Amino acid sequence: MVREFWTAIAVGRAGLGGSGKSMTVEDNNIVTVRGLSFSRGDRVIFDNADFDIPRGKITSIMGPSGTGKTTLLRLITGQIKADKGTILVNGEEISKLNRKDLYRLRRKMGMLFQSGALFTDRTVYENVAFPLREHTDLPESMIRDLVLMKLHAVGLRGARDLMPSELSGGMTRRAALARTIVLDPEMVMYDEPFTGQDPIAMGVLVELIKLLNTALGLTSVVVSHDIHEAASISDKIYLISEGKVMGEGSPAQLREDSSPLVRQFMQGLPDGPVPFHYPAQDYRDDMLGGDA
Amino acid sequence: MRKKTLELSVGLFMLAGFISLAVLALNVSGLNLAQEKGSYTIYASFENIGGLTARSKVTVAGVTIGRVVNISLDKDSFSGIVEMSINKDYNTFTTDTAAAILTAGLLGEKYIGLVSGADEEFLQDGGRIDDTQSALVLEDLIGQFLFNKVNE
Amino acid sequence: MIAWIRSLGRSGLGTLQVLGRSGTFVVQSLCGVPKLNKALPLLNQQLYAVGVLSLPIIIVSGLFIGMVLSLQGYTILVDYGSEQAVGQMLALSLVRELGPVVTALLFAGRAGSSLTAEIGLMKATEQITSLEMIGVDPLRYIIAPRLLAGFISLPMLTLIFNVVGIGGGYLVAVDWLGVYDGSFWSNMQNATDFKNDVMNGIIKSIAFAFTVSWIAVFQGYDLVPTSEGIGRATTKTVVYSSLAVLGLDFILTAVMFGDF
Repeated sequence: MVREFWTAIAVGRAGLGGSGKSMTVEDNNIVTVRGLSFSRGDRVIFDNADFDIPRGKITSIMGPSGTGKTTLLRLITGQIKADKGTILVNGEEISKLNRKDLYRLRRKMGMLFQSGALFTDRTVYENVAFPLREHTDLPESMIRDLVLMKLHAVGLRGARDLMPSELSGGMTRRAALARTIVLDPEMVMYDEPFTGQDPIAMGVLVELIKLLNTALGLTSVVVSHDIHEAASISDKIYLISEGKVMGEGSPAQLREDSSPLVRQFMQGLPDGPVPFHYPAQDYRDDMLGGDA
Repeated sequence: MRKKTLELSVGLFMLAGFISLAVLALNVSGLNLAQEKGSYTIYASFENIGGLTARSKVTVAGVTIGRVVNISLDKDSFSGIVEMSINKDYNTFTTDTAAAILTAGLLGEKYIGLVSGADEEFLQDGGRIDDTQSALVLEDLIGQFLFNKVNE
Repeated sequence: MIAWIRSLGRSGLGTLQVLGRSGTFVVQSLCGVPKLNKALPLLNQQLYAVGVLSLPIIIVSGLFIGMVLSLQGYTILVDYGSEQAVGQMLALSLVRELGPVVTALLFAGRAGSSLTAEIGLMKATEQITSLEMIGVDPLRYIIAPRLLAGFISLPMLTLIFNVVGIGGGYLVAVDWLGVYDGSFWSNMQNATDFKNDVMNGIIKSIAFAFTVSWIAVFQGYDLVPTSEGIGRATTKTVVYSSLAVLGLDFILTAVMFGDF
């Protein structure tokens, strides 16, 4: 049912001429990151890291908590600036763009936030209609059609008049996803889409991400640490830790990887290169030397 | 519907603000729009202005017809020059008009009282009143009183 | 000692940095007015939230302050047999001083704190970042309407406060204490000058409006997006606004009414 619907949309888009995408043959990567360094205060978040996000594929950025996965998304979208290195999005260097060009480029990118980030003072319908109202001068009837199409695609057509506070966590994210794709972006970034979801909502989201990617020809970037869900839909996985890329490749390649950190992460071991204990002095000394 | 009431209440709010301004202007500060439309300036020099300030009233027979705009000192004669702004409707003061600095009540504010003379010509804009009577200074009065007593 | 000087210098530099950031922030929000048909509904909504919703507290406070002033003034003036001057005292103290200052303080507590909390919550729930990602400048979409609504509302509220206060004072003086209402008004009108008193009061309230809205909106936009950060920023808004209003009031009064 859902699948048929998306195929219909995909056909519709092809009929419209692919909504003006400018894709050259050799330009296979929508995002190219070279020599990225970024630190916040004294903490180094990225140290000379390289990333390639292939066009039309699903790429997952994975790694232990607090390794700057979300920061990478913020760097790619130009919300923050890198200390060193270049970030090319669609062939344009993000740090050299002025405010206006940055906003123009961002219309081609969608981002799904962890909290959904729906505007709390508007209904679901108005939330999804918001980007259309801001960026287009479409008549109200057309906006209505587009909004209902996207809401139907995420299964929330019946929830259009609810306020965001009345939605469950999974529904919030689906409504936010409808808003993210309403302008037909070329790339959608998902910030921890599976965190805190029940198994059903998680399954729905996994399915939606996969369907969107194939039906709309999107590029998807998923930041996550839910290894099974991410691995099941990804074409490519980056594993980052301590500011460096520790492993990259398809899910199958990473499972075979021999490096201890990749193994610890892929198999979910409690101790390993990422230690169980926060750095502390020797346990024995600490216990005995308490009063001295 | 909800949007309508919102817009309506904002409109009423703005209206209340402007009405308040009008009330403050007309009722509280007694701003008379007609009165401000035209005025002319005359000068008078006093030996002692004794507490007269800018914005003091200028009256004729107790009726306010203008106000003091500025007070300065004439460096040659060491007398105080008072600049008065008089309503244009009252432009028939003769050139021999007398000006006196008076006090409202025993300790009240100082103001200028004008008494028109009998001359044929009227004061023009920028004209000057020569017949002036300075403010009564309490110390001088007491001094005079004591002097008279001694003489008796 | 040296450490103390060093920390002083560091906090001085930090303050300067915050000042600079908040300055560019205001300029950026107000520069480049967006399309009028999109901006007006936003402004309307904020005028409602900031202005209309502040009306009850302003009206009630104005009424009581006017009544108290009248009562206090009467008890003092009646000893000198000049109780008619209560109108003059009431109007001058309200229009010049109490109106702008008390309204600004109440505004900081009622509207300023809610502006900070609202913007802070938008930041904490990533709504502001999400606006940026949709390609809408949050400075123009979120901040500018709130700033403008503050600029417009506070002078309006001050005017209403003044009128209600004088009305309350009139009730007490004339209806209750029996001051002759003709001399109540004429004394007031003789003493109050439109340009020097009423206009200067309005200028004061415009200055306060700018200060309070600026502080409130900037604190909301610049806060640490956690529940603790929102609480702290809200407190800061009220404290900084109140201090700024009182300090600014002294300076403005000295410039406007001081004779030197």
